[in-house]
Amino acid sequence: MHTTFLQGLWFVLIGVLWAGYFLLEGFDFGVGMLVRGLGRDTVDRRLIIHTIGPVWDGNEVWLITAGGATFAAFPGWYASTFSGFYLALFLVLAALIVRGVSFEFWGKVDSERWRTSWEWAMGISSGAAALLFGVAWANFIEGVPMGSNHVVHATLWHLLNPYALVGGVTTLTLFLTHGAGFLALRTRGDMHDRARALATRVAPLATAVMLVFLIWSAAKLSFAPGRLVVTLLAAVAAISIPVATRRSEGAGFAATAAAVVLLTSVLLVALYPNALPSTTSHAYDLTLATASASHYSQVVMTIVAVIMVPIVVAYQSWSYWVFRHRLGREDFEGPGTPTPLAVFEQKFPSEPVG
Amino acid sequence: MNTLDFARTQFAITTLFHFIFVPISIGLSVFVAICQTRWRRTGDEQYLRMTRFWGKFFLISMAIGVVTGIVQEFQFGMNWSIYSRYVGDIFGAPLAMEGLIAFFLESTFVGLWIFGWGRLSPRVHLATIWLTAIGTIMSAYFILAANSWMQHPVGYTINHATGHAQLTNIFAVLFNSTVLLAFPHTILGAITTGGMFVVAVCAYLMLRGKGSRLVSKSMRMALPFTLIAVLATMAFGDGQGRLLIHQQPMKMAAAEDVYNTGQGQGFSILSLGSFKDNPGPHGTTSIRIPHLLSLIENLSWNGTTKGIDQIQAAERKQYGPGNYVPPVGVEWWTFRLMIGAGMLMLLIAAGGIWLSWKGRLERRRWFQRLALLGVALPILANWSGWIFTEVGRQPWVVFGLLKTSAAGSPDVSTLDIVITLTGYLVIYGVLIALGSWLMAREVRHGPEPDPLPGDPPAGPEDSSRPLALAY
Repeated sequence: MHTTFLQGLWFVLIGVLWAGYFLLEGFDFGVGMLVRGLGRDTVDRRLIIHTIGPVWDGNEVWLITAGGATFAAFPGWYASTFSGFYLALFLVLAALIVRGVSFEFWGKVDSERWRTSWEWAMGISSGAAALLFGVAWANFIEGVPMGSNHVVHATLWHLLNPYALVGGVTTLTLFLTHGAGFLALRTRGDMHDRARALATRVAPLATAVMLVFLIWSAAKLSFAPGRLVVTLLAAVAAISIPVATRRSEGAGFAATAAAVVLLTSVLLVALYPNALPSTTSHAYDLTLATASASHYSQVVMTIVAVIMVPIVVAYQSWSYWVFRHRLGREDFEGPGTPTPLAVFEQKFPSEPVG
Repeated sequence: MNTLDFARTQFAITTLFHFIFVPISIGLSVFVAICQTRWRRTGDEQYLRMTRFWGKFFLISMAIGVVTGIVQEFQFGMNWSIYSRYVGDIFGAPLAMEGLIAFFLESTFVGLWIFGWGRLSPRVHLATIWLTAIGTIMSAYFILAANSWMQHPVGYTINHATGHAQLTNIFAVLFNSTVLLAFPHTILGAITTGGMFVVAVCAYLMLRGKGSRLVSKSMRMALPFTLIAVLATMAFGDGQGRLLIHQQPMKMAAAEDVYNTGQGQGFSILSLGSFKDNPGPHGTTSIRIPHLLSLIENLSWNGTTKGIDQIQAAERKQYGPGNYVPPVGVEWWTFRLMIGAGMLMLLIAAGGIWLSWKGRLERRRWFQRLALLGVALPILANWSGWIFTEVGRQPWVVFGLLKTSAAGSPDVSTLDIVITLTGYLVIYGVLIALGSWLMAREVRHGPEPDPLPGDPPAGPEDSSRPLALAY
């Protein structure tokens, strides 16, 4: 069976949802990991959390929608993957739950111990989720033991193989750099300088790990020329990260954003035309055509997506525009300022120093 | 317990937990939006303080509802992969629409609402809370459309090559007669939940001597809000019952403990049926009011009500050998608990309105105690309603098409499910403890005090003060 046009379109759309998720939630994860690392006191940490506060929840919906779209367009893909990666997925869910409430609960009680606990929860769960998504995707493209009925037989330990772990460290370090870059873009003063310095320091590491992962993937899965081109583009983006980061925070953030999107493209290109390859035998590969929903169902979903995706992108972009102002310590200081009053009054924030 | 039992237990526990907080946040989102609208319309600062105070509870419950909601979406694929393959073509569409149309809306605009105070123009800021409320309500529509398809499959055909259900008409699914009643019933139930929550918190504050004009005003606003919602919930519920007689006669027969078809059936006011799968021995002791059931179901003194045994025989003929009777005891009790809790809520809301009309709302401590206890009623009603509707569909996961026993994930072991079930119990246990504790703290802390007559009027900088909701 060949992949039809609509199946191809939905594969691309699901890819766009994943790329959007990694692009947006990627910096949320990075910022979450840096709350303890870059924040020296409560004011600092409140400032850090506020850079993603208004947007992280909306960013997470990209994942929820990717899940829903997979269920709708490729039920077989959804069924095999979600049941096959059972315990790994549970760990992801646990991390996302802890992370979600850590932002919401952090400021609810005025106690140092309470805040410290949630900061650690935030950091660990953000790091764990960033790592696990890379591990999962490396396994998706490498394939898992699977028979003719497309039932996966893989244990959690099987999924934690060296190649997949390199995939995990790739997303972990890339999201960390991406998050540090985002923080530098959204802050001014001392916090800005520290975030930028950290981005410059971790950028080469992210580049190195990503290159190892790309080369290993190309060799392991013997990429054909078409796939090599995308991989090469991703490698170029990876290499540009340290250079761009040193140049300016805007360029650095653009470079990590490009690297995130191109890395996701490599993963999707490596997967196509499969939804989940089988390491047992390629005859048992779960192809997109096999996993697909009916033509009618995909037509319905296409109409919904064509109308809704531009609207969603428009209002989400608008929310980023509303919260575009750089935040600084002085917005959160002062006696008894549980709320960031100053931030809202500041219509024209001063330009960052240096 | 076998793998299937653990998977079902996991679904039941995670869903019921999720559904403690979802109705509270839907109900409160509407209530808070009304408070903020009144503030904009009247300029009365009291409404602004109400928006801030009730907004905190809305956000705590929404946070827990959102994070536990992710588990709901993933669980179908994790524990019920055969089900997912079977229904994905139909069930996936409303789920994806829920993400694209509803979740993006509520998540993006709730962020704008929390952090956009003073940054957005007042008009736009007011729109953000309404868009959040609309998002939560729309998400309920899509998930109920999906659930209604499991109760009453429409707009599909069975693909003979794959053996799976296949969508043929999306409008039939989205405008299924089942969802057209289930949606208003559930949303109005959620609004009732939010209303009862506000009433209970106000009652507690009054009992503790922390009553204020804000507390009285909130209670006076929430009482009619609740009364109208609970009455309408009942009206739609009544319609659902009548629809069920045709769509799932077994569920209604079990709810009324009627084993034999007959005319002029009595209404059971006490039955001791089995809580396990039936048919067991018909050892139910019931006390019945003659003819009342026929009156309710058929609006006629001698109307015919179908019995479990006859429906079982008919379904055997239609679907082949098997047991098609859900646990009658569970159905009988949950149906009555739901309706009983609804009646009590109606009494509390009506009583409160009577007292407030008489100007005694703040002085009647017995009413305040009653209203405080009343906070458990909507949760009880919501839970028993869902248990009634889901258990009553058994042995089917998709009525008439796929049995629950054949819907699980073949590659997921009992151990896997026990591990994740334990994990969810621990995480959800901590969440419910923290969530309740945080809410209790906010209640004890109480709303901002009323300004004294000598106080200067609140200036514009006070009005634009962000909600004390941001982190």
